[in-house]
Amino acid sequence: MKINQISLFLENKPGHLNAICRTLASNNINIVTLSLADTQQFGIVRLIVEEWKRAQEVLEKAGHVVNVREVVAATVSDKPGGMAELLDTISKAGVNIEYMYAFTFRHGAEAVLIFRFDDPDRAINALRAAGRNVLDFITLFSN
Amino acid sequence: MNTIPIIENRIWNPECECMERRELEALQAKRLQEAVVRASRNPFYQEAFGRLKITPAQIHRLEDLQRLPLTTKEDLRDSYPLGFMGVPRNEIARYQGTSGTTGKPTWVAYTENDVENWSNLCARFLVSGGLKKEHTVQLSFGFGLFTGGFGLHFGIQKVGAAIIPISSGNSERQLTCMLDLSPEILICTPSYALKLMETIQAGDVDRSQLRLEHAYFGGEPWTESMRARIEEGLQIKCWNNYGLAEVQGPGISGECAYRNGMHIQEDHFIFEVIDPETLEPLPDGERGEIVVTPLCREGFPVIRYRTRDIGYIFNDGACPCGRTTRRMSRILGRTDDMLIIRGVNVFPSQIETALMRIDAVAPHYMIEVSRPEAMDTVTVHIEIKPELFSDSMREMHAIKKEIVATIMQITGLRMEVNLVSPKTLARFEGKAKRVIDHRNLVD
Repeated sequence: MKINQISLFLENKPGHLNAICRTLASNNINIVTLSLADTQQFGIVRLIVEEWKRAQEVLEKAGHVVNVREVVAATVSDKPGGMAELLDTISKAGVNIEYMYAFTFRHGAEAVLIFRFDDPDRAINALRAAGRNVLDFITLFSN
Repeated sequence: MNTIPIIENRIWNPECECMERRELEALQAKRLQEAVVRASRNPFYQEAFGRLKITPAQIHRLEDLQRLPLTTKEDLRDSYPLGFMGVPRNEIARYQGTSGTTGKPTWVAYTENDVENWSNLCARFLVSGGLKKEHTVQLSFGFGLFTGGFGLHFGIQKVGAAIIPISSGNSERQLTCMLDLSPEILICTPSYALKLMETIQAGDVDRSQLRLEHAYFGGEPWTESMRARIEEGLQIKCWNNYGLAEVQGPGISGECAYRNGMHIQEDHFIFEVIDPETLEPLPDGERGEIVVTPLCREGFPVIRYRTRDIGYIFNDGACPCGRTTRRMSRILGRTDDMLIIRGVNVFPSQIETALMRIDAVAPHYMIEVSRPEAMDTVTVHIEIKPELFSDSMREMHAIKKEIVATIMQITGLRMEVNLVSPKTLARFEGKAKRVIDHRNLVD
């Protein structure tokens, strides 16, 4: 019930992010969404792509340091209060969010939230029990 | 040669410091033989003398010195911890330490006589640079394993002046002390003096409220231009001296009132300069690696120690101060990759040791040293690799923090850590060049 996210080390200098995107583009890999975390010195770019295995290979071959991590994707209705409701469930379950980001993607009135939790299984159970839609890889990429 | 003294010319021990050359050389030869006898009690020299078929009885002239083996920092490390001791442990009165090339320090042992000699030798250069019994000294060297703190402490005590053992760091407290206890003398690293000077010049302290007259600098290389800057900025006289823990600590040589180089305490140390490649001795005036043989050390009787410091020895006629000893130049560089950062000796291999504690295979790294203002700053650039990378910023910060802490543990210094992309740091054929030093340490 988890999906694979790839993340890369990003040195804060011109062209580094572009180099990553170029590598994926030339291998015909589409980025579904990405998030950037940065400090003054370096950043971390996190990507959701359908062909994560191939993306990992081509990026590593291009000299990047790549890490693959299972994250949780859940949907919320794309309207005011949608996310707050979901976060209530998470905090009641006592799970910490390491990081999260959101995007809308082929799911109509719903937005997709990507989470890295400190205890993903507990989070998934809590979300499920609250009637939330937790996406697996196939559902995420199906219409 | 300078013929006009900068301050009053004074000599702590004229009998030893102004000894007639022939008498001095005879004393050196006699003491050399005694030093060889003491050294032959430890396993390293027993083996080395045996291999070279040398007995102490054969070493009775100064020329015989060159028959003796050279000793390196690596030899000390291979005999870790105390393989070079010259007496049983119950005769040791003190241990000091200096940086080793890896995670462990080099331990140096002193008997009671060694400490007494050390005190007198420090008193010599202190007196020649202006210290008097009635002075108060702010001693801003670290008290601890570093020989600078206690060595100078013993010397000041010998002269009979008052000591403020304030130790290093905490500029605000240093300046408060300077104002409230009004010392005439400051002892610290030259870069720390620059830092204090900048604080004073920024208007935090009124110079006219300070009684400062002299400063003795050591612990790190400095230049004549730094001297000029500090002397003008602080309106004091600054004196250079030289020493290293392996052969004693401070007190090996120091400047006199005429400032014609640093007078070597030749009744206690034989200095040679060698070509670091061929290991052949070089004549006076030629620049090379300084090799020191302490003549009276009991606790740690090392022979022909290769300091890795580059300099030259000269004797352009008798110095007007009256001392008969040869003099040495400032330290002009190193023959190894050792760095001196804020007075602390650091080897790049220590950084490697630290990185290998984080992950078994050390990543590619580069050490960048600069002196943006008065103080040295070090940044260790590290190429990221999968074992050091995480998608979580919290974990990335934890890894960085762990690297900083481990480097601190091994070197005693706080260094910045900068993570960079793989294969972005320069690669070198053969021996890796790990250090970029932007400081100007030579005139």
